[in-house]
Amino acid sequence: MAARAVGFGLPLAVLMAWLLARARFPGRGLVNALVHLPLVLPPVVTGWLLLILFGVRGPVGALLYEWFGIRLVFTTAGAALACAVMVFPVMVRAIRLSLEAADPGLEQAARTLGAARWDRFFNVTLPLASPGILVGAVVAYATCLGEFGAVITFAANIPGETQTLPLAIYAALQVPGGEAKAAQLSLVSLTLALGGLLLSEFLGRRLNVALGR
Amino acid sequence: MSLAVRLRHRFPTVGIDVAFTVPAPGVTVLFGPSGAGKSTVIAAAAGLLRPDECRIELDGVVLADTASGVWLPPEKRRVGLVFQDARLFPHMSVLTNLRFGLRRAPPGAIGLEEVVDLLGIGALLGRRPKTLSGGERQRVAIGRALLAQPRLLLMDEPLASLDAARKAEILPFLARLKTALRLPVLYVTHAPDEVVRLADSLVLMEAGRVVASGPLPEIASRADLPFARDGDAGAVLLCRVAGHERARMLTRLDAAGVALWVPLMDAAVGAACRVRIPAREVILAGRAPEAISLHNIVPGRVGRIAADDAARTVLVEVALPGGALLARVTPDAVARLGLGPGAAVLALIKSTSIEVLGA
Repeated sequence: MAARAVGFGLPLAVLMAWLLARARFPGRGLVNALVHLPLVLPPVVTGWLLLILFGVRGPVGALLYEWFGIRLVFTTAGAALACAVMVFPVMVRAIRLSLEAADPGLEQAARTLGAARWDRFFNVTLPLASPGILVGAVVAYATCLGEFGAVITFAANIPGETQTLPLAIYAALQVPGGEAKAAQLSLVSLTLALGGLLLSEFLGRRLNVALGR
Repeated sequence: MSLAVRLRHRFPTVGIDVAFTVPAPGVTVLFGPSGAGKSTVIAAAAGLLRPDECRIELDGVVLADTASGVWLPPEKRRVGLVFQDARLFPHMSVLTNLRFGLRRAPPGAIGLEEVVDLLGIGALLGRRPKTLSGGERQRVAIGRALLAQPRLLLMDEPLASLDAARKAEILPFLARLKTALRLPVLYVTHAPDEVVRLADSLVLMEAGRVVASGPLPEIASRADLPFARDGDAGAVLLCRVAGHERARMLTRLDAAGVALWVPLMDAAVGAACRVRIPAREVILAGRAPEAISLHNIVPGRVGRIAADDAARTVLVEVALPGGALLARVTPDAVARLGLGPGAAVLALIKSTSIEVLGA
């Protein structure tokens, strides 16, 4: 579920980060605010908004259901969507920072050497931003594992399908005598979070070395 | 065969209005203080900056003409650019950097091996840009630009960020490139030594305008131009080696229709070279002195005389049959010798004061 969320969200996040870092267009401030909204909004509200939009009777959800037979609410795919929306700002921020740190002079150099727009993007810009993309992905993955509010609102709490770690912990705590299980799961959560942060730090440093910085 | 540039652009604080036509191939140096508009010309020629009005034509091919709406983007223009700060791709090896333009260019005459050889970068191919010295980096950047098979090469102060030793290391490579690849080059600098070593044509710029442009020997020997104001300025003459006098340890050069003696050179008879004769090393005389160590007593006629008030000296042009010398003397000397435009005069030049440079 977390892998799906990051897998689908990442290319979009790269695109959005590139737009926000390089392009100047009207309404840029508004787009920026919208991207960061899930970071500030109570997750339950985000989940509810998703429910409105992507529910079987929602404007987007109805189309998906009628045309493709895809139902997002209360499914693993739905949980992935909720996660993707929640971690999107995290990814965009990390990628945007590293895009902004990449020297635009290098893109100019690539241009004079005959590289057109997409050629430049894939061979110069993207590799230079790769530390940020990787760090963003790892942190997003770890965050996904711990997503609570948006998932429970939009995709419910179905063990093995839409249940994230904190949902499992919450469920365990509702059951009398579930403290031991909750403690175990909390430990797993702690390990995953710490591991994710350390891994992203490590990979970021390795990539920077590979990039010759 | 020529390169014609015309450009007009208004920046918020300064206006640029530039036009010049120079022979191509050949090295044309844009020379002037910072803010003269040199880099604007380069950016427009590369297509990175779109001026209000601009027309650039190379051998009949129009690269840009805002009047008729022709504006080739940089990636389609096939104009190489060497930046002051090299701008090598940090995530690629030297070899991959060199190949970046080569892979995207139509097949051309400039080969990888030839460039690697000319620039002496064979030992660096596997390295990362970060591990290179400033001079090495700049050599790789030049190679990368050349391998993109440009029809015009632009160099924007390529040596400005290097110290004197690194600069001395690269200058010979640039001089070699000049003769090996017959390519039109626009070269920006504010260092007179680079002008003297590399330029075929010189465009003097100041405050967004062209002050003068023409072949280097012609511009360098003009007493009235800012290029002569530099304390170390002097005339540049294109020469041929006319003969050696091995017993006397001397070489005779044919320069601008006169013979010049210099200390014995290791060059074949007939080889081309250029010499620089610093203006402050030239003595003017009415009669030839006798019993003197001097080898070069060159007759000429006085051309322009221009006062350099800041230095409290006077610059005197001495016209030769095929060029001119420049002498820096005191106003008193001009008065004592009764020098005026058209007067016959002898220029006395020590053979050891003549700086012999490559072709």
